[in-house]
Amino acid sequence: MNFLEQYNYWIVILLMMSGFYIVIAHGNLIKKLMGLTVFQTSVFILYISISKVIGGTAPILDDQYTVYSNPLPHVLILTAIVVGVATTALGLALAVRIKEAYGTVEEDVIQEKDLQQEGSAE
Amino acid sequence: MIQHLPILQVIIPLLAAPICFILKEARLVRWFVLIANVMAFVISIMLLQQVNLHGTLVYSLGGWEAPVGIEYRIDELNAYLLILVTSISTITLMAAGKSLTKEIPESKITYFYIAYMLCLTGLLGIVTTGDAFNVFVFLEISSLASYTMIAMGNDRRSLWASYQYLIMGTIGATFILIGIGLMYMMTGTLNMYDLAERLPEVEHTKTVFTAFAFFLVGVCLKLALFPLHLWLPNAYAYAPSIATVFLAATATKVAIYVLLRFIFSVYGFEFSFSHLPLTEILVSLGLLGVIAASIVAIYQTNIKRLFAYSSVSQIGYMILGIGIGSKTGLTATMLHLFNHALMKSAIFLALAGVVYRVGSVNIKAFAGLGKQMPWTMAAIVVGGLSLIGVPLTVGFVSKWYLVLALLESNWWPIAVLVMIGSLLAIAYIWRLVEVAYFKPALQNNQSYKEAPLAILIPAWIFVIANIYFGIDTSFTVGVSEKTAELLFGGAR
Repeated sequence: MNFLEQYNYWIVILLMMSGFYIVIAHGNLIKKLMGLTVFQTSVFILYISISKVIGGTAPILDDQYTVYSNPLPHVLILTAIVVGVATTALGLALAVRIKEAYGTVEEDVIQEKDLQQEGSAE
Repeated sequence: MIQHLPILQVIIPLLAAPICFILKEARLVRWFVLIANVMAFVISIMLLQQVNLHGTLVYSLGGWEAPVGIEYRIDELNAYLLILVTSISTITLMAAGKSLTKEIPESKITYFYIAYMLCLTGLLGIVTTGDAFNVFVFLEISSLASYTMIAMGNDRRSLWASYQYLIMGTIGATFILIGIGLMYMMTGTLNMYDLAERLPEVEHTKTVFTAFAFFLVGVCLKLALFPLHLWLPNAYAYAPSIATVFLAATATKVAIYVLLRFIFSVYGFEFSFSHLPLTEILVSLGLLGVIAASIVAIYQTNIKRLFAYSSVSQIGYMILGIGIGSKTGLTATMLHLFNHALMKSAIFLALAGVVYRVGSVNIKAFAGLGKQMPWTMAAIVVGGLSLIGVPLTVGFVSKWYLVLALLESNWWPIAVLVMIGSLLAIAYIWRLVEVAYFKPALQNNQSYKEAPLAILIPAWIFVIANIYFGIDTSFTVGVSEKTAELLFGGAR
């Protein structure tokens, strides 16, 4: 098996790891969410490339074609995309409210303020 | 009507959510939501009756037979879990009216109920469905709803807790999605029943192992297995009290159900325990969770956070029971799943009463409360005794079975560690008891009245259940043994 033959999976892994890295390494809440989106998108590509049949067309019913991609993963991933959009929207809404409440969207500043609050409560 | 029960179980809370939007008026919504919950509870009981009469119920959504359509499958395990979730959610809602007016601005109460119903929909959906992808969808419905509920807490830290949970939860859900995708890749089906039949043919491929690993990590994130529990303490501590009760008692339990379903029914005992070092992984992580989370709990000053850490350690016991890989171990897990839901609902509901009167759950605020709010504090103490595992409470029954299972496998050092875990529980419960009963009330404290009956009665329903099922164990042990047998039976 050729190394490059399954390049689609390499792209998936690359995207997944870079998304994951952004989530972990960045302190900015918005950037974290963007990383999360990249991470989720990589899984969408994984599903879509699973369903690809070499030489197949789009799954449209037509007498001309007999070989076509598996439509089921496409449908599944439409659902997952909707879920992803909802998650991102909710995450951004939370980021807005965090900005209002804390005056910042930087993780370390928020944690510092939380520590101060806990310290003064005691 | 009767044959449509499985879908009605999910559809009723799902439809109730948008209707709340139309009703708008918080008081109206409250009664409406309660009625919808009672209906869901009645349906879950009818479902159990049907299962007892006819065996496993299979329902094809929209008349499309599996594997083309989505299939809902209800056997005894699902039926009992549905009853657990709906009964706890109904009783919790009885206290919601009072508790929420104190903790959430009036204008947001309707939205809280909507999120609550959607969360319930998601949890019930996870339990009823027999389709792997459907599990993911319902998991996300319940998660998104719980992020919203947590963010409604009146402390700004609730926002930060909700955000952290969102990041971790989404990573977990995406892992589950990857796992399901890889399973589909190898078998061409998403139906759990079909998966169980087709996976053995390809069980030696790396893809199937990878799928299992991704799925396992994803679910463990959701059920807050140590060390993937970091989202849980803050989320429980700063969420509105009612949300804490509901999530602590049901959400993690449903995640454990998903874990059990995939380990035992879909992959099968053979694959999970002989091809993979699952015993070693689960037992060591479970034990670490029990010990480490209990120690951290001892040092908490926020009592809600203290009990949140205690939840992490109790989840450790359940995972330990699975890890033993014997029927008795699984019985212990099932028992503890049920019992822990009772304990934590009693404790967190009583804490909701404390928040209602005192407005704080800092340990200092508890000084003298033992005299001022005797019934509320007694509920917490009984719940605490149950957490420790004192005889005549439910906690004792499940710990007994867990230790029994460990001794059965000749793992007595681990049994000793489990006992040490219980001792640590005594330490953190004692800290609270000492402050509440033996410290005089602070000078400038006005004296607090007992928590309102609307909160106290639901809390005491759980307390009495704690004691009742601790004395009369035939029902819970019978059910747990039956479901453990069912899971060990492999493909349903």
